[in-house]
Amino acid sequence: MEVKRLSLPLGKEASLLRAGDLVFLTGEVVTARDRAHLRMLEFLSRGKDLPVDLRGGILYHCGPLVRREKGGWRVLSAGPTTSLRMDPLLPSLLPRLGVRAVVGKGGVGEKTKKVMGKMGCVYLAFPGGCGALAAKAVEEVKGVYWLDLGPPEAMWVLGVRGLGPLLVAVDSRGGDLYERARRGKVEGVRG
Amino acid sequence: MEEACLELLRRASTRLPREVRAALRRALRSERDPIARTNLRAVLENVEVAEREGLPLCQDTGLPLFYFRMRPSRELDPRRAAAGAVRRATGEGILRPNTVHPLSRKNPGDNLGRGMPLVRLLPPQGEGVEITVMLKGAGAENVSRSAMLTPEEGVEGLREFVVRTVVEAGGKPCPPVIVGVGVGGTAEVSMELAKLALLRPLPRGHPEASLRKLEGELEREINRRGAGPMGLGGRTTCLGVKVEYAHTHTASLPVSVNLQCWAARRASVRMEGGEWEWR
Repeated sequence: MEVKRLSLPLGKEASLLRAGDLVFLTGEVVTARDRAHLRMLEFLSRGKDLPVDLRGGILYHCGPLVRREKGGWRVLSAGPTTSLRMDPLLPSLLPRLGVRAVVGKGGVGEKTKKVMGKMGCVYLAFPGGCGALAAKAVEEVKGVYWLDLGPPEAMWVLGVRGLGPLLVAVDSRGGDLYERARRGKVEGVRG
Repeated sequence: MEEACLELLRRASTRLPREVRAALRRALRSERDPIARTNLRAVLENVEVAEREGLPLCQDTGLPLFYFRMRPSRELDPRRAAAGAVRRATGEGILRPNTVHPLSRKNPGDNLGRGMPLVRLLPPQGEGVEITVMLKGAGAENVSRSAMLTPEEGVEGLREFVVRTVVEAGGKPCPPVIVGVGVGGTAEVSMELAKLALLRPLPRGHPEASLRKLEGELEREINRRGAGPMGLGGRTTCLGVKVEYAHTHTASLPVSVNLQCWAARRASVRMEGGEWEWR
Protein backbone atom coordinates (compact mmCIF):
# COMPACT_ATOMS: atom_id res chain seq x y z
CA MET A 1 0.00 0.00 0.00
CA GLU A 2 1.72 3.19 -1.19
CA VAL A 3 0.87 6.47 0.52
CA LYS A 4 0.78 9.53 -1.74
CA ARG A 5 0.24 13.16 -0.85
CA LEU A 6 -1.01 14.97 -3.91
CA SER A 7 -1.72 18.63 -4.70
CA LEU A 8 -4.57 19.76 -6.91
CA PRO A 9 -5.15 20.22 -9.77
CA LEU A 10 -3.96 16.79 -10.88
CA GLY A 11 -2.27 16.03 -14.17
CA LYS A 12 -1.10 12.66 -15.47
CA GLU A 13 -0.13 11.48 -11.97
CA ALA A 14 -3.76 10.41 -11.49
CA SER A 15 -3.41 7.73 -14.15
CA LEU A 16 -0.32 6.38 -12.36
CA LEU A 17 -2.26 5.64 -9.17
CA ARG A 18 -3.02 1.95 -8.59
CA ALA A 19 -5.92 0.29 -6.81
CA GLY A 20 -4.98 -0.07 -3.15
CA ASP A 21 -2.82 3.09 -2.97
CA LEU A 22 -3.64 5.52 -0.20
CA VAL A 23 -4.00 9.20 -1.11
CA PHE A 24 -4.24 12.49 0.81
CA LEU A 25 -5.32 15.52 -1.22
CA THR A 26 -4.53 19.20 -0.81
CA GLY A 27 -6.15 21.91 -2.89
CA GLU A 28 -9.62 22.63 -4.18
CA VAL A 29 -12.43 20.06 -4.40
CA VAL A 30 -15.95 20.60 -5.71
CA THR A 31 -18.95 18.80 -4.20
CA ALA A 32 -22.00 17.63 -6.11
CA ARG A 33 -24.72 15.07 -5.59
CA ASP A 34 -27.98 14.07 -7.29
CA ARG A 35 -29.49 17.46 -8.13
CA ALA A 36 -26.21 19.20 -9.02
CA HIS A 37 -25.35 16.38 -11.46
CA LEU A 38 -28.68 16.88 -13.22
CA ARG A 39 -28.14 20.63 -13.38
CA MET A 40 -24.56 20.29 -14.67
CA LEU A 41 -25.83 18.13 -17.52
CA GLU A 42 -28.63 20.56 -18.23
CA PHE A 43 -26.16 23.49 -18.37
CA LEU A 44 -23.72 21.61 -20.62
CA SER A 45 -26.43 20.45 -23.01
CA ARG A 46 -27.55 24.06 -23.43
CA GLY A 47 -23.99 25.27 -23.96
CA LYS A 48 -24.00 27.24 -20.71
CA ASP A 49 -20.79 27.59 -18.67
CA LEU A 50 -20.65 25.89 -15.28
CA PRO A 51 -19.93 28.14 -12.29
CA VAL A 52 -16.64 26.28 -11.67
CA ASP A 53 -14.00 24.92 -14.05
CA LEU A 54 -13.40 21.31 -13.01
CA ARG A 55 -10.60 20.43 -15.47
CA GLY A 56 -7.85 18.54 -13.66
CA GLY A 57 -9.95 18.78 -10.54
CA ILE A 58 -11.90 16.58 -8.20
CA LEU A 59 -15.60 15.84 -8.20
CA TYR A 60 -16.54 15.01 -4.62
CA HIS A 61 -19.81 13.12 -4.12
CA CYS A 62 -20.74 14.85 -0.89
CA GLY A 63 -23.54 16.90 0.63
CA PRO A 64 -21.82 18.69 3.49
CA LEU A 65 -23.38 19.77 6.77
CA VAL A 66 -22.65 23.49 7.01
CA ARG A 67 -23.43 26.34 9.39
CA ARG A 68 -23.58 30.02 8.49
CA GLU A 69 -21.21 31.90 10.74
CA LYS A 70 -19.98 35.47 10.88
CA GLY A 71 -18.41 36.26 7.55
CA GLY A 72 -19.15 32.97 5.83
CA TRP A 73 -19.74 29.26 6.15
CA ARG A 74 -18.27 26.62 8.41
CA VAL A 75 -18.22 22.97 7.32
CA LEU A 76 -19.15 20.75 10.30
CA SER A 77 -19.28 17.35 8.62
CA ALA A 78 -18.44 16.42 5.04
CA GLY A 79 -18.07 12.70 4.35
CA PRO A 80 -18.91 10.97 1.05
CA THR A 81 -22.29 10.00 -0.33
CA THR A 82 -23.12 6.89 -2.42
CA SER A 83 -21.77 7.40 -5.96
CA LEU A 84 -23.96 4.71 -7.51
CA ARG A 85 -27.02 6.97 -7.39
CA MET A 86 -25.29 9.36 -9.79
CA ASP A 87 -23.61 6.57 -11.78
CA PRO A 88 -26.02 6.60 -14.78
CA LEU A 89 -25.11 10.26 -15.42
CA LEU A 90 -21.34 9.93 -15.07
CA PRO A 91 -20.38 8.43 -18.48
CA SER A 92 -21.72 11.49 -20.30
CA LEU A 93 -20.78 14.01 -17.60
CA LEU A 94 -17.20 13.15 -16.61
CA PRO A 95 -15.52 13.63 -20.03
CA ARG A 96 -17.17 17.03 -20.38
CA LEU A 97 -15.95 18.09 -16.93
CA GLY A 98 -12.42 16.76 -17.47
CA VAL A 99 -11.95 15.77 -13.82
CA ARG A 100 -9.00 13.58 -12.80
CA ALA A 101 -10.68 11.88 -9.89
CA VAL A 102 -14.09 11.20 -8.42
CA VAL A 103 -14.24 10.94 -4.63
CA GLY A 104 -17.17 9.08 -3.10
CA LYS A 105 -18.19 5.79 -1.57
CA GLY A 106 -19.49 2.51 -2.89
CA GLY A 107 -17.80 2.66 -6.32
CA VAL A 108 -19.17 3.11 -9.84
CA GLY A 109 -20.60 0.84 -12.55
CA GLU A 110 -18.86 -0.84 -15.51
CA LYS A 111 -19.71 1.82 -18.08
CA THR A 112 -18.40 4.62 -15.90
CA LYS A 113 -15.23 2.62 -15.18
CA LYS A 114 -14.50 2.32 -18.90
CA VAL A 115 -15.01 6.03 -19.47
CA MET A 116 -12.78 6.88 -16.51
CA GLY A 117 -10.09 4.53 -17.82
CA LYS A 118 -10.02 6.34 -21.18
CA MET A 119 -9.77 9.71 -19.44
CA GLY A 120 -7.01 8.65 -17.02
CA CYS A 121 -9.40 9.35 -14.17
CA VAL A 122 -9.53 7.37 -10.89
CA TYR A 123 -12.15 6.65 -8.24
CA LEU A 124 -11.11 7.43 -4.68
CA ALA A 125 -13.13 5.92 -1.82
CA PHE A 126 -13.39 8.00 1.32
CA PRO A 127 -14.43 5.82 4.30
CA GLY A 128 -18.21 6.23 4.57
CA GLY A 129 -19.62 8.06 7.55
CA CYS A 130 -16.33 9.81 8.38
CA GLY A 131 -17.83 13.28 8.13
CA ALA A 132 -16.03 14.82 11.11
CA LEU A 133 -12.65 13.62 9.81
CA ALA A 134 -13.35 15.21 6.42
CA ALA A 135 -14.53 18.47 8.01
CA LYS A 136 -11.21 18.73 9.87
CA ALA A 137 -9.43 18.73 6.51
CA VAL A 138 -11.52 21.63 5.16
CA GLU A 139 -9.59 24.86 5.59
CA GLU A 140 -11.90 27.16 3.71
CA VAL A 141 -15.24 27.38 1.90
CA LYS A 142 -14.15 29.06 -1.32
CA GLY A 143 -17.58 29.33 -2.83
CA VAL A 144 -21.05 27.90 -3.07
CA TYR A 145 -23.36 27.73 -6.08
CA TRP A 146 -26.92 26.55 -6.66
CA LEU A 147 -28.02 27.01 -3.03
CA ASP A 148 -31.60 27.06 -4.35
CA LEU A 149 -31.28 23.25 -4.40
CA GLY A 150 -30.87 23.27 -0.61
CA PRO A 151 -27.50 23.19 1.22
CA PRO A 152 -26.85 19.43 0.85
CA GLU A 153 -27.50 19.47 -2.91
CA ALA A 154 -25.65 22.72 -3.65
CA MET A 155 -22.20 22.84 -5.24
CA TRP A 156 -19.54 23.67 -2.66
CA VAL A 157 -15.98 24.64 -3.53
CA LEU A 158 -13.82 23.57 -0.60
CA GLY A 159 -10.19 24.26 0.10
CA VAL A 160 -8.82 21.11 1.75
CA ARG A 161 -5.49 20.12 3.31
CA GLY A 162 -4.65 16.42 3.55
CA LEU A 163 -8.17 15.19 2.78
CA GLY A 164 -8.09 11.44 3.43
CA PRO A 165 -7.50 8.58 3.86
CA LEU A 166 -8.65 8.10 0.28
CA LEU A 167 -8.27 4.58 -1.08
CA VAL A 168 -7.73 4.26 -4.82
CA ALA A 169 -10.66 1.89 -5.35
CA VAL A 170 -10.78 1.98 -9.17
CA ASP A 171 -7.65 2.86 -11.15
CA SER A 172 -7.41 3.86 -14.80
CA ARG A 173 -6.25 0.35 -15.82
CA GLY A 174 -9.39 -1.33 -14.48
CA GLY A 175 -7.98 -2.38 -11.10
CA ASP A 176 -11.00 -2.44 -8.76
CA LEU A 177 -11.06 -3.06 -5.02
CA TYR A 178 -14.83 -3.67 -5.00
CA GLU A 179 -14.36 -6.44 -7.56
CA ARG A 180 -11.56 -7.91 -5.46
CA ALA A 181 -13.93 -8.01 -2.46
CA ARG A 182 -16.70 -9.63 -4.53
CA ARG A 183 -14.27 -12.37 -5.61
CA GLY A 184 -13.23 -12.91 -1.98
CA LYS A 185 -9.55 -12.21 -2.71
CA VAL A 186 -8.98 -10.44 0.58
CA GLU A 187 -6.52 -11.43 3.25
CA GLY A 188 -8.10 -13.16 6.22
CA VAL A 189 -11.35 -13.92 4.41
CA ARG A 190 -12.28 -17.37 3.20
CA GLY A 191 -12.78 -17.20 -0.57
CA MET B 1 -39.60 17.52 27.02
CA GLU B 2 -38.43 19.56 24.02
CA GLU B 3 -35.14 20.22 25.86
CA ALA B 4 -34.70 16.46 26.42
CA CYS B 5 -35.35 15.78 22.73
CA LEU B 6 -32.84 18.47 21.69
CA GLU B 7 -30.17 17.07 24.00
CA LEU B 8 -30.83 13.57 22.60
CA LEU B 9 -30.32 14.88 19.05
CA ARG B 10 -27.03 16.54 20.07
CA ARG B 11 -25.78 13.37 21.75
CA ALA B 12 -26.90 11.04 18.98
CA SER B 13 -25.35 13.17 16.24
CA THR B 14 -21.91 13.54 17.82
CA ARG B 15 -21.32 10.39 19.93
CA LEU B 16 -21.47 6.74 19.05
CA PRO B 17 -22.97 4.32 21.64
CA ARG B 18 -20.18 2.74 23.68
CA GLU B 19 -21.06 -0.83 22.69
CA VAL B 20 -20.90 0.01 18.96
CA ARG B 21 -17.50 1.60 19.44
CA ALA B 22 -16.30 -1.50 21.28
CA ALA B 23 -17.57 -3.72 18.44
CA LEU B 24 -15.67 -1.60 15.89
CA ARG B 25 -12.47 -1.92 17.92
CA ARG B 26 -12.92 -5.71 18.03
CA ALA B 27 -13.49 -5.67 14.27
CA LEU B 28 -10.20 -3.81 13.72
CA ARG B 29 -8.35 -6.38 15.83
CA SER B 30 -9.80 -9.24 13.77
CA GLU B 31 -8.98 -7.84 10.30
CA ARG B 32 -5.79 -8.90 8.51
CA ASP B 33 -6.30 -7.04 5.23
CA PRO B 34 -4.58 -3.61 5.06
CA ILE B 35 -7.52 -2.02 3.22
CA ALA B 36 -10.06 -3.26 5.76
CA ARG B 37 -7.79 -2.01 8.53
CA THR B 38 -7.41 1.42 6.89
CA ASN B 39 -11.18 1.80 6.72
CA LEU B 40 -11.79 0.76 10.31
CA ARG B 41 -8.96 2.92 11.64
CA ALA B 42 -10.47 5.94 9.84
CA VAL B 43 -13.89 5.15 11.31
CA LEU B 44 -12.49 4.96 14.86
CA GLU B 45 -10.49 8.16 14.39
CA ASN B 46 -13.64 9.86 13.08
CA VAL B 47 -15.54 8.78 16.21
CA GLU B 48 -12.84 10.35 18.40
CA VAL B 49 -12.69 13.60 16.42
CA ALA B 50 -16.48 13.97 16.42
CA GLU B 51 -16.77 13.50 20.18
CA ARG B 52 -13.78 15.71 21.02
CA GLU B 53 -14.89 18.57 18.78
CA GLY B 54 -18.66 18.15 19.14
CA LEU B 55 -19.03 17.62 15.39
CA PRO B 56 -21.68 15.43 13.73
CA LEU B 57 -20.12 11.99 13.11
CA CYS B 58 -21.55 11.86 9.61
CA GLN B 59 -22.84 14.72 7.44
CA ASP B 60 -25.90 12.61 6.69
CA THR B 61 -27.66 13.15 9.99
CA GLY B 62 -30.49 11.14 8.49
CA LEU B 63 -34.14 11.40 9.35
CA PRO B 64 -34.56 11.78 13.10
CA LEU B 65 -36.83 9.01 14.42
CA PHE B 66 -38.39 9.43 17.87
CA TYR B 67 -39.71 6.59 20.01
CA PHE B 68 -41.68 7.53 23.12
CA ARG B 69 -42.66 5.18 25.91
CA MET B 70 -45.16 7.06 28.10
CA ARG B 71 -48.72 7.07 29.30
CA PRO B 72 -51.08 9.44 27.47
CA SER B 73 -50.64 12.89 28.95
CA ARG B 74 -52.54 16.15 28.69
CA GLU B 75 -49.48 18.32 29.37
CA LEU B 76 -46.83 16.51 27.34
CA ASP B 77 -47.18 16.44 23.56
CA PRO B 78 -44.47 14.18 22.05
CA ARG B 79 -45.00 15.40 18.49
CA ARG B 80 -44.72 19.06 19.39
CA ALA B 81 -41.63 18.44 21.55
CA ALA B 82 -39.93 16.42 18.79
CA ALA B 83 -40.74 19.01 16.09
CA GLY B 84 -39.49 21.90 18.23
CA ALA B 85 -36.25 20.06 19.00
CA VAL B 86 -35.67 19.16 15.34
CA ARG B 87 -36.15 22.76 14.21
CA ARG B 88 -33.66 24.01 16.82
CA ALA B 89 -31.12 21.24 16.16
CA THR B 90 -31.21 22.08 12.43
CA GLY B 91 -30.53 25.75 13.27
CA GLU B 92 -27.58 24.71 15.46
CA GLY B 93 -25.95 22.64 12.72
CA ILE B 94 -26.55 19.38 14.61
CA LEU B 95 -28.87 18.15 11.84
CA ARG B 96 -28.39 18.75 8.12
CA PRO B 97 -31.59 20.03 6.47
CA ASN B 98 -32.49 16.69 4.86
CA THR B 99 -36.26 16.53 4.46
CA VAL B 100 -37.68 17.35 1.03
CA HIS B 101 -41.04 16.94 -0.69
CA PRO B 102 -40.80 13.45 -2.25
CA LEU B 103 -41.73 14.58 -5.75
CA SER B 104 -40.97 18.29 -6.10
CA ARG B 105 -37.79 17.70 -3.98
CA LYS B 106 -38.30 21.17 -2.45
CA ASN B 107 -36.43 21.50 0.84
CA PRO B 108 -38.20 23.47 3.61
CA GLY B 109 -34.82 23.88 5.35
CA ASP B 110 -35.94 22.93 8.86
CA ASN B 111 -36.25 19.10 8.63
CA LEU B 112 -40.02 19.36 9.12
CA GLY B 113 -42.81 18.85 6.61
CA ARG B 114 -45.63 16.39 6.17
CA GLY B 115 -45.18 13.42 8.52
CA MET B 116 -41.85 14.74 9.84
CA PRO B 117 -40.27 14.18 12.24
CA LEU B 118 -41.33 10.60 12.56
CA VAL B 119 -42.73 9.94 16.05
CA ARG B 120 -43.74 6.51 17.31
CA LEU B 121 -45.53 5.83 20.58
CA LEU B 122 -44.54 2.49 22.14
CA PRO B 123 -46.21 0.81 25.12
CA PRO B 124 -45.08 2.42 28.40
CA GLN B 125 -42.77 0.49 30.74
CA GLY B 126 -43.63 1.52 34.29
CA GLU B 127 -44.06 5.14 35.34
CA GLY B 128 -42.15 7.97 33.75
CA VAL B 129 -41.21 8.81 30.19
CA GLU B 130 -38.60 7.13 28.03
CA ILE B 131 -37.47 8.74 24.77
CA THR B 132 -35.15 7.20 22.21
CA VAL B 133 -33.83 9.04 19.17
CA MET B 134 -32.35 7.31 16.16
CA LEU B 135 -30.72 9.24 13.30
CA LYS B 136 -31.28 7.08 10.25
CA GLY B 137 -29.04 7.87 7.28
CA ALA B 138 -30.21 7.30 3.72
CA GLY B 139 -27.29 5.17 2.53
CA ALA B 140 -28.40 2.30 4.74
CA GLU B 141 -32.14 3.00 4.53
CA ASN B 142 -32.01 2.99 0.71
CA VAL B 143 -30.98 -0.67 0.57
CA SER B 144 -33.93 -1.88 2.69
CA ARG B 145 -35.82 -4.80 1.18
CA SER B 146 -39.06 -6.65 1.83
CA ALA B 147 -40.24 -9.97 0.48
CA MET B 148 -43.48 -11.87 0.82
CA LEU B 149 -41.97 -15.36 0.95
CA THR B 150 -44.14 -18.46 0.82
CA PRO B 151 -44.49 -20.58 3.95
CA GLU B 152 -42.79 -23.37 1.93
CA GLU B 153 -39.64 -21.26 1.56
CA GLY B 154 -39.48 -21.10 5.37
CA VAL B 155 -36.37 -20.36 7.43
CA GLU B 156 -34.07 -21.34 4.55
CA GLY B 157 -35.79 -18.79 2.32
CA LEU B 158 -35.37 -16.18 5.04
CA ARG B 159 -31.64 -16.91 5.39
CA GLU B 160 -31.07 -16.69 1.67
CA PHE B 161 -33.01 -13.41 1.40
CA VAL B 162 -31.30 -11.72 4.34
CA VAL B 163 -27.76 -12.72 3.31
CA ARG B 164 -28.35 -11.76 -0.33
CA THR B 165 -29.76 -8.36 0.68
CA VAL B 166 -26.67 -7.50 2.74
CA VAL B 167 -24.15 -8.89 0.23
CA GLU B 168 -25.75 -7.18 -2.78
CA ALA B 169 -25.84 -3.86 -0.91
CA GLY B 170 -22.01 -3.92 -1.06
CA GLY B 171 -20.49 -0.65 0.13
CA LYS B 172 -23.69 1.39 -0.19
CA PRO B 173 -24.94 1.10 3.43
CA CYS B 174 -21.45 1.88 4.91
CA PRO B 175 -20.57 -1.50 6.42
CA PRO B 176 -19.89 -2.82 8.97
CA VAL B 177 -23.66 -2.63 9.39
CA ILE B 178 -26.12 -3.81 11.98
CA VAL B 179 -28.79 -5.92 10.30
CA GLY B 180 -32.42 -5.55 11.43
CA VAL B 181 -34.71 -8.37 10.34
CA GLY B 182 -38.49 -8.30 10.77
CA VAL B 183 -40.46 -11.51 10.26
CA GLY B 184 -44.19 -12.02 10.18
CA GLY B 185 -47.17 -9.71 10.66
CA THR B 186 -48.22 -8.01 7.44
CA ALA B 187 -46.02 -6.40 4.79
CA GLU B 188 -45.67 -3.08 6.65
CA VAL B 189 -45.43 -4.68 10.10
CA SER B 190 -42.42 -6.75 9.04
CA MET B 191 -40.52 -3.59 8.04
CA GLU B 192 -41.49 -1.80 11.24
CA LEU B 193 -40.20 -4.82 13.20
CA ALA B 194 -36.94 -4.74 11.25
CA LYS B 195 -36.45 -1.12 12.29
CA LEU B 196 -37.46 -1.75 15.92
CA ALA B 197 -34.92 -4.60 16.01
CA LEU B 198 -32.22 -1.96 15.48
CA LEU B 199 -33.20 -0.29 18.77
CA ARG B 200 -32.02 -3.34 20.70
CA PRO B 201 -28.53 -2.75 22.15
CA LEU B 202 -25.85 -4.48 20.08
CA PRO B 203 -24.62 -7.06 22.62
CA ARG B 204 -28.15 -8.22 23.45
CA GLY B 205 -29.46 -11.26 21.57
CA HIS B 206 -33.12 -12.16 21.19
CA PRO B 207 -34.67 -13.40 24.46
CA GLU B 208 -35.75 -16.65 22.74
CA ALA B 209 -32.94 -19.18 22.28
CA SER B 210 -33.92 -20.36 18.78
CA LEU B 211 -33.95 -16.80 17.45
CA ARG B 212 -30.69 -15.98 19.22
CA LYS B 213 -29.18 -18.94 17.40
CA LEU B 214 -30.59 -17.76 14.07
CA GLU B 215 -29.13 -14.28 14.67
CA GLY B 216 -25.67 -15.76 15.29
CA GLU B 217 -25.86 -17.97 12.20
CA LEU B 218 -26.95 -15.09 9.97
CA GLU B 219 -24.11 -12.93 11.31
CA ARG B 220 -21.49 -15.58 10.56
CA GLU B 221 -22.92 -16.34 7.11
CA ILE B 222 -22.93 -12.64 6.12
CA ASN B 223 -19.37 -12.10 7.33
CA ARG B 224 -18.12 -15.23 5.57
CA ARG B 225 -18.98 -13.59 2.22
CA GLY B 226 -16.20 -11.03 2.70
CA ALA B 227 -17.83 -7.77 1.49
CA GLY B 228 -16.09 -6.19 4.47
CA PRO B 229 -15.83 -2.62 5.77
CA MET B 230 -17.16 -0.19 3.11
CA GLY B 231 -17.63 -3.12 0.73
CA LEU B 232 -13.87 -3.01 0.02
CA GLY B 233 -13.24 -6.47 1.46
CA GLY B 234 -12.67 -7.95 4.89
CA ARG B 235 -14.06 -10.11 7.63
CA THR B 236 -16.50 -7.61 9.11
CA THR B 237 -19.53 -6.85 6.96
CA CYS B 238 -21.89 -6.79 9.94
CA LEU B 239 -21.45 -6.20 13.65
CA GLY B 240 -24.61 -8.08 14.50
CA VAL B 241 -28.02 -9.31 13.34
CA LYS B 242 -31.22 -8.53 15.27
CA VAL B 243 -34.43 -10.40 14.51
CA GLU B 244 -37.91 -9.45 15.72
CA TYR B 245 -41.08 -11.33 14.87
CA ALA B 246 -44.87 -11.24 15.03
CA HIS B 247 -47.34 -14.00 14.26
CA THR B 248 -48.59 -13.93 10.70
CA HIS B 249 -51.24 -15.36 8.38
CA THR B 250 -51.01 -19.10 7.76
CA ALA B 251 -50.51 -18.39 4.03
CA SER B 252 -47.81 -15.68 4.49
CA LEU B 253 -44.15 -15.28 5.41
CA PRO B 254 -43.31 -11.57 5.24
CA VAL B 255 -39.58 -10.82 5.73
CA SER B 256 -38.01 -7.37 5.79
CA VAL B 257 -34.42 -6.21 6.16
CA ASN B 258 -33.51 -2.75 7.44
CA LEU B 259 -29.82 -1.92 7.70
CA GLN B 260 -28.05 0.40 10.08
CA CYS B 261 -24.70 1.86 8.99
CA TRP B 262 -21.74 1.61 11.41
CA ALA B 263 -22.67 5.12 12.60
CA ALA B 264 -25.54 3.68 14.66
CA ARG B 265 -26.49 7.01 16.15
CA ARG B 266 -29.05 6.64 18.88
CA ALA B 267 -29.53 8.02 22.36
CA SER B 268 -32.11 7.49 25.09
CA VAL B 269 -33.27 9.23 28.21
CA ARG B 270 -35.51 8.03 31.01
CA MET B 271 -37.31 10.70 33.02
CA GLU B 272 -38.96 9.67 36.24
CA GLY B 273 -39.74 11.66 39.38
CA GLY B 274 -37.61 14.63 38.26
CA GLU B 275 -34.57 12.39 37.55
CA TRP B 276 -33.10 12.19 34.04
CA GLU B 277 -31.08 9.12 33.21
CA TRP B 278 -29.18 9.33 29.87
CA ARG B 279 -28.30 6.16 27.97
